[in-house]
Amino acid sequence: MKEGKPRLLLGNEACVEGAIAAGLKFFAGYPITPSTEIAELCAQYLPQVGGKFIQMEDEIASMAAVCGASLAGVKSMTATSGPGFSLKQENIGFAVQAEIPCVVVDVQRVGPSTGMPTSAAQGDVMQSRWGTHGDHEIVVLSPSSVLEAYTLTVTAFNIAEELRTPVILLMDEMVGHLREKVILPDRSELMVKARPKPDLPPGQYKPYADYGDPAKVAPLAAFGEGYRFHVTGLTHGEDGFPTNNPDVGARQIKRISEKIASRKKDLPQPEELFTDDAEVFVFAFGGTARSAKKAVRDARAMGLKAGLIRAITVWPFLEEPLLRAKAKKPKAVIVPEMNLGQIILPVKRVMGDACPVIGINKVGGRYIEPDEILDAIKEAILGGSAS
Amino acid sequence: MRKEFRLAGAGGQGLITAAIILAAAAAEHTEYNAVQSQSYGPESRGGSSKADVIISTDEIDYPEVKSPEVLLVMTQEACDKFVPGVRPGGMVVVDETYVRTVPPVDAKVLRYGISAKARELGREIVANIVAVGLLVGLTGIVPEDAALEAVLARVPKGTEELNKKAFLAGIQAAKEIG
Amino acid sequence: MALPLEKYLRVGKLPHIWCPGCGHGIITQAIIRAIDELGLDTQKTVVVSGIGCSSRAPGYMNFDTLHTTHGRAIAFATGIKMANPELKVIVITGDGDAAAIGGNHLIHAARRNIGLTVICFNNNIYGMTSGQYSPLTPTGSYASTAPYGMVERPFDLCELVKGAGGTFVARSTAYHARHLTNVIKDALKYDGFAFVDALSQCPTYFGRRNRLRTPMDMLNWMRDHAVSASSWEKMSPEEREGKFPIGVLVNQPSRELTKVYGEILAQARKEAGANA
Repeated sequence: MKEGKPRLLLGNEACVEGAIAAGLKFFAGYPITPSTEIAELCAQYLPQVGGKFIQMEDEIASMAAVCGASLAGVKSMTATSGPGFSLKQENIGFAVQAEIPCVVVDVQRVGPSTGMPTSAAQGDVMQSRWGTHGDHEIVVLSPSSVLEAYTLTVTAFNIAEELRTPVILLMDEMVGHLREKVILPDRSELMVKARPKPDLPPGQYKPYADYGDPAKVAPLAAFGEGYRFHVTGLTHGEDGFPTNNPDVGARQIKRISEKIASRKKDLPQPEELFTDDAEVFVFAFGGTARSAKKAVRDARAMGLKAGLIRAITVWPFLEEPLLRAKAKKPKAVIVPEMNLGQIILPVKRVMGDACPVIGINKVGGRYIEPDEILDAIKEAILGGSAS
Repeated sequence: MRKEFRLAGAGGQGLITAAIILAAAAAEHTEYNAVQSQSYGPESRGGSSKADVIISTDEIDYPEVKSPEVLLVMTQEACDKFVPGVRPGGMVVVDETYVRTVPPVDAKVLRYGISAKARELGREIVANIVAVGLLVGLTGIVPEDAALEAVLARVPKGTEELNKKAFLAGIQAAKEIG
Repeated sequence: MALPLEKYLRVGKLPHIWCPGCGHGIITQAIIRAIDELGLDTQKTVVVSGIGCSSRAPGYMNFDTLHTTHGRAIAFATGIKMANPELKVIVITGDGDAAAIGGNHLIHAARRNIGLTVICFNNNIYGMTSGQYSPLTPTGSYASTAPYGMVERPFDLCELVKGAGGTFVARSTAYHARHLTNVIKDALKYDGFAFVDALSQCPTYFGRRNRLRTPMDMLNWMRDHAVSASSWEKMSPEEREGKFPIGVLVNQPSRELTKVYGEILAQARKEAGANA
């Protein structure tokens, strides 16, 4: 669709176009602000490319239908916000456990509960990581721009298919409802990964094979291809059938975590700006990273050595740039986020006592403004004389 | 160059569409960067409505309009609410059809019967396009033909002629009051 | 000795987890017999279930099988059928799974007329969790969470699905094993949403608490209270008291969802092609 030309595109629309470019063929959803445009545009575009759309009776059903469609062999996605993300958690956990590739878009809004449906927030950082019960890793990606809403959606599908796992695209209202000038990459330049096919005949195929190397994931056969395999949310063995054997169970649970933990280097790495000689680091993600970038640029214009680390992969938490920052004995790490302090927790864990880790937190729907971050940078570098 | 616009009025006046057209004209037909955002929600079903546009030669990191240089107000309520926030030395464009009084402000205040003009052309629903023409004419932010192209690409099929008239009426009005 | 229906079973996964005297094995066998008699393609048949005793059945059945979350089997199955309408998708569910936690999905699948064959193993109780009352537990019956007797009114599942727009609705029982097989065959042949209320017995958690001490007592109760659909039609309200109809209760063919959507697809592609 009109790649290569400049366009004014809505964040949510870019997500849909990215999904279609990545090969999306099934979307199930339920109307909820501020993600609804994603469902509406999928309803419109998918049939044009031979894909299917269905509006399910609730959020739970839409996540379930996405799992079912993916098992039938097609790339699948759903999108939601706030309360809907809560409702989807059980079946996200099912997709984790049964290793079903799919993409779940969460356009965050103010919570808890119904909260403020049309207002921006980043309060689902921890829910995206720990929303389901039990132990598992999960991949969560967060775009900061409309263009990135497109490219990261493609990446989300690639990771989902390669690692056989749900991938959460953690958007916020600031990006989802922003229209911005973009030039979409040409389709021929996009890396789109097809779902790996089993290379063993039915009978020998193990849908949950343990190769001893956590980075190697068994390919997923599609229902209807003759493999006649079993999929369950129960802890299972390599053949997919439930087990009560504690050793087999433990191996399976660890394997689905390690397949992600062992691939951290293959996930989208943080963006760094002016970090080489920085004395103060700003750590941000999503829409708030736009404010952070502005603040850091303004600080540099004033001769203040500030640097930005922008997490694109929110989970698993990629520590490398922070560890490098830590080695530089910085004056502070500033963590702006539109919540009461969530991503700051792993930042504090990594930084330890090396320097103050200062949160800038805002809830209620207002964006964190560049000047608020700039003030914190000045305070950290110039001390009390800043004011 | 960085110019911030705010278009404010009532839900149903088409101001979000107008803002999208303005941003699209810049984004799709010039070298400028552009972003557009709006307040969502019950506003789209009546009540107040606000849409913002930033057009800039630089990368636009922070997309929120804090203090618009150009403010369009199409209701008295929007006028009272947003005029005090306009950038000193900026411009306030007022739809005289609905706005009676403008609070004192350090900005150029330009008045035109935008909605009345649209009615005169046939349908008040094209007032937003008259407004686009007016803003383009007054600011010269994008070439007129680029703006017209953006208008025609985003209005319902079959209404192109009326919208073109509305846009050109706005351009003409800018010459009269500018 | 090889079982006659062995090719449909994962023999290595047997014995099953069901209690002695449970009716679920009879219903599972009826499904397999129906599949065999219809000659369904085992490579193109998917069996989906939720959570509960009934929902363990697919694990023993040699097809592509999916054991989902509680109540959600129909929603998962909807995704499968939408993604690949060529597949025959069978849903095995229980009365708690289908009518309590999954009630919303049941009525909406019926409304959509999506081509799923849903067979509810209805034993009027939550068996897996040891005997709590379900929306199908008769008023006055005892359950671990109804120690003074069930105070709520139960659903009539067939009426529920019919009311939701179900176009094929049938009922049979574990006692009427052959009749049940035939009803399931009709359901499998049906092009649209087909629902079968298959009464089962749970001697462990329902019978024991409700003066039906043996599995035979429970099966005999089914025999004594079931009335054929045709006889039911002629009975007065007084005669119907305490009885229930079995057989095909609704059969009003309507266009199946994925077929209708297929037409949308063709139209959208044509329009997209025209605009390209």
